[in-house]
Amino acid sequence: MKKQFNLKNFLINYGVIIIMLILVAYTSVVRPNFLRTNNLTNILTNMSYRLVIACGIAGCIITAGCDLSAGRMIGFGSCIAGSLVQRMDYAGKFFPNLEPMNPILVVIITMCITGCFGAVTGFFVAYLSVPPFIATMAMMEIVYGLSLIYTGGSPVGGYDPGFTKIASTKILGLSSLIWIAIAILIITWFIFNMTRHGKYMYAIGGNVQAAEVAGVPVKLTLLLIYMKAAMMYGLAGFMLACKSGGTNINTGLGYEMEAIAACTIGGVSVTGGRGKVSSAIIGVAVFEFLKTALQFLGVTPDAQYIALGIIIFAAISLDIRKYIAKK
Amino acid sequence: MASEYRLELKNVSKSFPGVKALDGVNLAVRPGTVHALMGENGAGKSTLMKCLFGIYKMDTGEVYLEGEKVNITDPDMAMEKGVSMVHQELQPVPARSVAENMFIGRYPVKQIGPMKVIDHKTMYEQTEYWLKEVGLEFDPKALLGTLSIGQMQSVEIAKAVSHNAKVIILDEPTSSLSDKEVDQLFRIMEQLRDNGVSMIYISHKMDEIKRIADDITIMRDGQYVGTWSAEELTTDQIISLMVGRELTNIYPAGDAQIGDVALEVERLSSIHEKSFQDVSFNVRKGEIVGFGGLVGAQRTEAMEGLFGIRHLTGGTIKVNGKEVKITRPRDAMNVGIGMITEDRRGSGIFGCLSIKDNVGVTVYDKHLKGGIVLDHAEINKIVDESIDQLSIKTPSKNTQIMNLSGGNQQKVIVSRWLANDPDILIMDEPTRGIDVGAKHEIYEIMRDLARQGKAIIMVSSEMAELLGMSDRIYVMCAGRLTGEIDRKEDMTQEKVMEYATRFA
Repeated sequence: MKKQFNLKNFLINYGVIIIMLILVAYTSVVRPNFLRTNNLTNILTNMSYRLVIACGIAGCIITAGCDLSAGRMIGFGSCIAGSLVQRMDYAGKFFPNLEPMNPILVVIITMCITGCFGAVTGFFVAYLSVPPFIATMAMMEIVYGLSLIYTGGSPVGGYDPGFTKIASTKILGLSSLIWIAIAILIITWFIFNMTRHGKYMYAIGGNVQAAEVAGVPVKLTLLLIYMKAAMMYGLAGFMLACKSGGTNINTGLGYEMEAIAACTIGGVSVTGGRGKVSSAIIGVAVFEFLKTALQFLGVTPDAQYIALGIIIFAAISLDIRKYIAKK
Repeated sequence: MASEYRLELKNVSKSFPGVKALDGVNLAVRPGTVHALMGENGAGKSTLMKCLFGIYKMDTGEVYLEGEKVNITDPDMAMEKGVSMVHQELQPVPARSVAENMFIGRYPVKQIGPMKVIDHKTMYEQTEYWLKEVGLEFDPKALLGTLSIGQMQSVEIAKAVSHNAKVIILDEPTSSLSDKEVDQLFRIMEQLRDNGVSMIYISHKMDEIKRIADDITIMRDGQYVGTWSAEELTTDQIISLMVGRELTNIYPAGDAQIGDVALEVERLSSIHEKSFQDVSFNVRKGEIVGFGGLVGAQRTEAMEGLFGIRHLTGGTIKVNGKEVKITRPRDAMNVGIGMITEDRRGSGIFGCLSIKDNVGVTVYDKHLKGGIVLDHAEINKIVDESIDQLSIKTPSKNTQIMNLSGGNQQKVIVSRWLANDPDILIMDEPTRGIDVGAKHEIYEIMRDLARQGKAIIMVSSEMAELLGMSDRIYVMCAGRLTGEIDRKEDMTQEKVMEYATRFA
């Protein structure tokens, strides 16, 4: 059978990307600054931690779940990371006698801590059958409470220059944050496509009953997915702390919704079983480029929310067209 | 102009992508009669009824009601014209009352000031009235979920009658009813018939057809075979008209060498008292063992218990003479058991995944490089080989499985289990919902597996298949094993039915 070009299908498949490209093209004509290297690397840096979050949350969505705790986990992670790298002479230091730690050690500690909490969420989802929406919401509350207690509500600042330098260090002209994101993308791609765990994840999302019958270790896989996701949030928190040079408990607030929206825009189906790493990249890129383009065009941040909401509506209603069969 | 017929369908055709489901089918139903529509699974009966009821749009064909041409485009319109349908799988709302289920979507209302509110009193009265009309007495306020399946069905019929239906379609209404409930249903049907209502009755059960039907229309492979008066045909004639060929043709003969006992199950019991209890059986290498019984005999449940999907209170399982413990599917797989489940969509296929992923899922453990990385080359090879060996019709191994026909999907599921190289394969309704050609291919595959020395358990509700394929038959009834037929000459429909209705 010959494959015919079908305009309607083409629009359904690439509609959101086309809209983004048109807007980007228009913006770069009207505001030539938009395409300057400086701005583009800026966008990429902003995408970096969002990509890490999306990689984590994509796993949950592919199994037809979600993760509302992401935003609070990021805040928690950033506070932990921040508290471990404060300068000795900083007045509000959390641990007055603690030398600023090696950033590598900080990443590991942060990711382990958030990972543990993710494993708890995963345990409730997988072994006690609590719906992911509820389980992750419960964890969101717990983690927020913990960060409040941990920080006493006060901001965490005064970082050792060795720590903040990470964000400003450039390799081949790109911030090292971008390189971290690229590494995570490659690792996630590897897990999704080259390991049993990844294949099991798709199988669970595709049909959990069939997965059980086929001997897939459904519960363990789910637990690992939520744990892995939480580790990503910890890493994203670390990256945010690096980038902004100071954090507080509200860092990362609402990022979970943005990440879920980005994933679904890119084609990770909320009904489960579908989605690739490229979907996360596309989704985050569409989001970030649109936001920046709107900003350049002088749309106020307030109105940007409306634009983003419209994009989500449009993207998902187009996306769902790919899958629902005509009767 | 008045017509001899209440309802006439003429030359109805309907195609789905890749398959012609109906090809020039006719149906003429006389007023005040029960008209049996018969044919094998996949003959197109349900499709024809869905076309009539406006769920599907027919490609060509005409519908006449009382001699007048009508064009029914959706179920609401069908009901308005006096055609009602009692679905094969009931679609009630069990958490609401009988009355609400009767009047769903058309609740009686009354005006209170500026507002229209639901008139519960009228609704309950009306419900009571219509229930009485079909000889039933339930409390209209009772929750539907508290009724038995048979009672729910009666409510559905009452609902149809309350629409002033002149034609009621009953699609396999007795498939999950007890004998007593069937009697009750037939009483209702007879009463309706006396009141001049026409009914189209779809069923596979010969004795029921002989009891209740006035006329019989037979379909085969989407085509119209003919219409006869019920007295004209014997059961054997009906079967041969439905099948259209000698029964023996579609079942390839068994020529496998039957060897040692591969699986021995003793006193397998469910945690639920009403499910399977004390089920003991064995299967030998190279043998195809059929499990017969009526719907609800707990055969599927017993197999799922064996495979570790359901909890057991007791029983021993021996594979090749060695006792094994199975508490989850993975345990069963590790001792060489595979299971193709009854509900292909529900617990078989991963619809949105590729054929490759559908096959590979059981064997990722076995094809790893360095214990971590999937050996895609090896998995691709396995998948390509199974597509080739089982002649799965697909553009590529990366095609989503939901784009395949039922028969090809089933072959993919078979390959999934074969990839794990089981010694024992449980096939629960292996040919349900697939067309005759693909059925034959599945049978060939089963025979081939038996020849390779695999032990096969086949649960089947299709009598012809059970008799045609089994080397030995076990029959279950109400959770117990009620009989074993091991001599080919004893394998008759009567014998199976005798065991299958032991406790009925």
